[in-house]
Amino acid sequence: MAAKGTAPVTARGYDLSPKPGDEIRKTTCYMCACRCGINVHMKDGKVAYIEGNRDHPVNRGVLCAKGSAGIMQHNAPSRLRAPMKRTGPRGSGQFEEISWDEALQLADDILRPLRDTNPEKLAFFTGRDQSQSFTSFWAQNFGTPNYAAHGGFCSVNMATAGIYTMGGAFWEFGQPDWDHTKLFLLFGVAEDHDSNPIKMGIGKIKARGAKVIGVNPIRTGYNAVADDWVGITPGADGLLILSLIHCLLKAGRIDLDYLARWTNAPCLLDTDGMLRRNGDGKTLVIDRNTKAEVPFDTAGILPDIAAPGTVMEQIAERYLSDEYAPESVAARCGLTPDRIRTLAAELARVAFDEAFEIEQEWTDFRGETHKTMTGRPVAMHAMRGISAHANGFQTARALHILQILLGTVEAPGGFRFKPPYPKPPEAHPKPHCKVTPGKPLDGPHLGFVHGPDDLTLKEDGSPARIDKAFSWENPMSAHGLMHMVISNAHAGDPYEIDTLFLYMANMSWNSSMDPKGVMHMLTDKKADGSYKIPNIIYSDAYSSEMVAYADLILPDTTYLERHDCISLLDRPICEADAAADAIRWPVVAPDRNVQGFQTTLVKLGAKLGLPAFVNEDGSAKYADYADYITNHVRKPGIGPLAGWREGPEAFPEGTDAPGGRGEAPSDQLQRYIEHGGFWMRHVPAEARYFKPWNAAYQDWAVQMGLYDSPQPYLFNLWCEPLRRFQRAAEGHGTRQPPDHLRARIREKLDPLPIWWDPSEDIPDAESYPVHALTQRPMAMYHSWGSQNAWLRQIHGMNPLYIPTNIWEAQGLKTGDWVKVTSPHGAITVPAAHMAALNPNTVWTWNAIGKRKGAWALSEDAPESTKGFLLNHLIHELLPPKGDGLRWSNSDPVTGQAAWFDLRVRIEKAPAPDGEQSQPNPGTSASPVPEGAANLAWQVRK
Amino acid sequence: MTQLPAPSNVKLGLVIDLDTCVGCHACVTACKGWNTENYGAPLADEDPYGAKPEGTFLNRIHSYEVQPETGPAQLVHFPKSCLHCEDAPCVTVCPTGASYKRAEDGVVLVNEKACMGCGLCAWACPYGAREMDPSAGVMKKCTLCTDRIYNDNLPEEDRVPACVRTCPAGARHFGDLGDPDSAVSQLVEARGGIDLMPEQGTKPVNKYLPPRAKDQAPEAPIDILAPLLAPMTPGETDTPKGFLGWLDRALDSLPGGK
Repeated sequence: MAAKGTAPVTARGYDLSPKPGDEIRKTTCYMCACRCGINVHMKDGKVAYIEGNRDHPVNRGVLCAKGSAGIMQHNAPSRLRAPMKRTGPRGSGQFEEISWDEALQLADDILRPLRDTNPEKLAFFTGRDQSQSFTSFWAQNFGTPNYAAHGGFCSVNMATAGIYTMGGAFWEFGQPDWDHTKLFLLFGVAEDHDSNPIKMGIGKIKARGAKVIGVNPIRTGYNAVADDWVGITPGADGLLILSLIHCLLKAGRIDLDYLARWTNAPCLLDTDGMLRRNGDGKTLVIDRNTKAEVPFDTAGILPDIAAPGTVMEQIAERYLSDEYAPESVAARCGLTPDRIRTLAAELARVAFDEAFEIEQEWTDFRGETHKTMTGRPVAMHAMRGISAHANGFQTARALHILQILLGTVEAPGGFRFKPPYPKPPEAHPKPHCKVTPGKPLDGPHLGFVHGPDDLTLKEDGSPARIDKAFSWENPMSAHGLMHMVISNAHAGDPYEIDTLFLYMANMSWNSSMDPKGVMHMLTDKKADGSYKIPNIIYSDAYSSEMVAYADLILPDTTYLERHDCISLLDRPICEADAAADAIRWPVVAPDRNVQGFQTTLVKLGAKLGLPAFVNEDGSAKYADYADYITNHVRKPGIGPLAGWREGPEAFPEGTDAPGGRGEAPSDQLQRYIEHGGFWMRHVPAEARYFKPWNAAYQDWAVQMGLYDSPQPYLFNLWCEPLRRFQRAAEGHGTRQPPDHLRARIREKLDPLPIWWDPSEDIPDAESYPVHALTQRPMAMYHSWGSQNAWLRQIHGMNPLYIPTNIWEAQGLKTGDWVKVTSPHGAITVPAAHMAALNPNTVWTWNAIGKRKGAWALSEDAPESTKGFLLNHLIHELLPPKGDGLRWSNSDPVTGQAAWFDLRVRIEKAPAPDGEQSQPNPGTSASPVPEGAANLAWQVRK
Repeated sequence: MTQLPAPSNVKLGLVIDLDTCVGCHACVTACKGWNTENYGAPLADEDPYGAKPEGTFLNRIHSYEVQPETGPAQLVHFPKSCLHCEDAPCVTVCPTGASYKRAEDGVVLVNEKACMGCGLCAWACPYGAREMDPSAGVMKKCTLCTDRIYNDNLPEEDRVPACVRTCPAGARHFGDLGDPDSAVSQLVEARGGIDLMPEQGTKPVNKYLPPRAKDQAPEAPIDILAPLLAPMTPGETDTPKGFLGWLDRALDSLPGGK
């Protein structure tokens, strides 16, 4: 409410109606991956205040701690000031500022010969890049197969398991039905992704009295407000979920109608475990009415899940086994059998006993009309915690199977996809790797494989990509493996590269396992004195730890100084009820000699003559990234932004939001600016739920340009691509895995979810009895946060949080230090007690620890004295098992970095000299001056 | 010494929901941003990039662990700012009259032009809700965004404190706690809102909504063998074959199943 009564103009001389600014400029936040709308209040051309945009679909006016502190990111002293070339040895931080002409010429000198002779010698990897549809397009034009962003060390298990299982995933790709759910079950450590929408959702359902259950070893953040906390032991989420499935099957508490109609539960399997198909490639089911074997999409059928030979039979066989009984799994989960049964009972009770109907007629893809939409008000969501394990892919798949057995996906009250999802795995591109010197790659780098034929292998069977993505070691690595690039490049395995080109990825520090090892690899030399990785080009807006390891720096702008598009081709800002996209635009001009990295790529692309970046006469096709955003045509009628497109296929003017498929008007960006920086078109009422099977949604999606034709599909309880890899490992087919990987592929690429204990891969695991985790605080984003003058006052230090049992056993008291030892190494760090914690788990905030000399912080800043990284304890390879091989510390399906499989032991230790956390990798010179001694940031006169 | 005005009918304040606050600190930086740019001297940050960054905040989040008699430990996030007390000891202790309580709406403010920075008010406040600005040398405290709530230059819906407008979880509410029919008073009534440290006799206007009872799931198992679709013979679903048989009959009972 607003204050009542007559408004007093002043309070003892203070103006009570100050103008917040001369002008509001609406753009998109970039203080994390959430991409909220922000109102930037300007005074005299300066940023005076930032608040949330009330109209914006993501945040509806609210803004988190990071977003409101954006002003301190924008004026941070760590901002790079100009292009730079290295003058001292790598890692020293010694640079000379140069002009953009010189910088682009240096890049051209390095890259042109590679493109002309062997484009794969360029490895181009981008970090927290929000323009992947553009950066990948640039890399494709260059012709290198070596491109990916940071998903491989972040979330690929979550994304891939979701898409292969149900054609959509958690995080920004879907959301709980906050308006209808009565039970919200949240899995996994981390409080970051989709952060404002989840906070808003939790607030909304709590205001209604709905229940929140958190499954998480650590009770902070969302778990602190959860009504029930299930303090599971790390790595066991999949086991808990499969036990819940066991309980639900035994009790018959599953949604039979949903399983029959919308999933491959009724699909028939051949004896080889492949789905039986007709001549058109359609999977087959038994119609319960006629008992005939018919294609799954035949009109008028009711597929029979009770028929012999179905996927459902395999599910029953697998999960009714006592192996998954609560009594069998409870100890490993750190729970009691009763707790597991109670959770299963509660899920079933809410899903079925509190089911409800929405009076909304809709028609499915078989042509059957349903009078209502049946709600199953149990919504699940998961954070990184469950997926950053070697068993993370199968765990995330298990969670989706649980959702599907309860009939809660795309049902009212359950989990809903956001456009452009749902999208079946077959509708995604496959990975491409065919290199032709001087020419673009033969297609997109990343995609979804459906069997061995889709792997990116060379003719000799060796990996085509430097990160070994889509190889037998990790066949379904849909996001690539950025975390393996440097070690593979250093080892020349599978081949040597010439240039490592990175964008906003702090690979010499918090984004790598074993940072000291990575620093060595980046500086290691050959016998002739040259660097093993000959050239390193890096773009960042800030003086991050990675800057010191580059030869050439292409400085980026802050997020308030740039153009961007949050595109439907990439990772858009849609809501379950609307398709939406957005822009950033320079609400202030840079006051330094920097430019948006995407503009740098546009210019470099033109200079190199990359075909999509030059006209026929060889002149530059786009002036800058803004020009590209408006004028790039990905497919006829489709480009980076959907809003205000015009033409016969577009949604016309005068409707909800004109645009979709059509020609982009020349003033498209201006229209976005006038409309608050975003565009949003609502899903019609009859299309809101059951989207994968809903004919109205499918037609709408075609008109939007999300599909070229309707794409109805069944949810894949049985994941056939996994079975194809298994069959290869069994000896079938021409493309065969190397022998040392056969057993692992047979075992781990199971077409139904399995669980195994990642600790099995750690020799002498009992010497490391404690799980060690990190999570990002809600008020920080990666390493960007702790340079922020306001945010570092909230989280300026990161102790190791230790549960009561270990705290007492070690006789620890406040202010004590501990030595933490893993199979890979040891660190000595400050300790703090935390009771609301799984008794086998320690944890800390990630990316608070800084290297001395980075981020324009002083050398005695707490981030670089007491602050620390757990990364020093984690290696990209597992400890030797004695089989003569080194196995990677990652998921065998996707290659996702298994950060959270870390096991340690904890011992009380004396504080190191100077209370300096160990190891301390020393100081690099700062390429920017240290920040001001005092701040009082007021732009008003 | 400064006198308090007669208690006002309008008592503007905050209602903070401890059941919903996830401890995200959004309110902390929104407050910092608005109040650095607006009312009085900017909120300073000393040594902002150094060893001991120390700035002025009008609102901070504290986190406390609670160990109930039974069940696992809990974590409560506790946002703290000035509670705009009716009997505000920070006002009566002020030697210059700089610290005052507004007669018309009960908001407690500091007139920085009259503040000599003696710090007595901060000592007097039992909640530790005031901070001396290290650069300006004047006392800083929550103004309840008086320069937002009456601000003609803001759209009406934005005339709320910055912390309330930004709170993602909707855990912060603003209104007139002197009006028993206001939404905030109703919320306090419905949720059993409490005064912070009532024994101090300060009569705070701000109220806290206590966390709801947690971890109430019974440890004894609920029987989930109450089948969705009768009849099912107990134990039948233990084997895959029995399960398929049950499925077959269960499907017959579905609409359109037979």
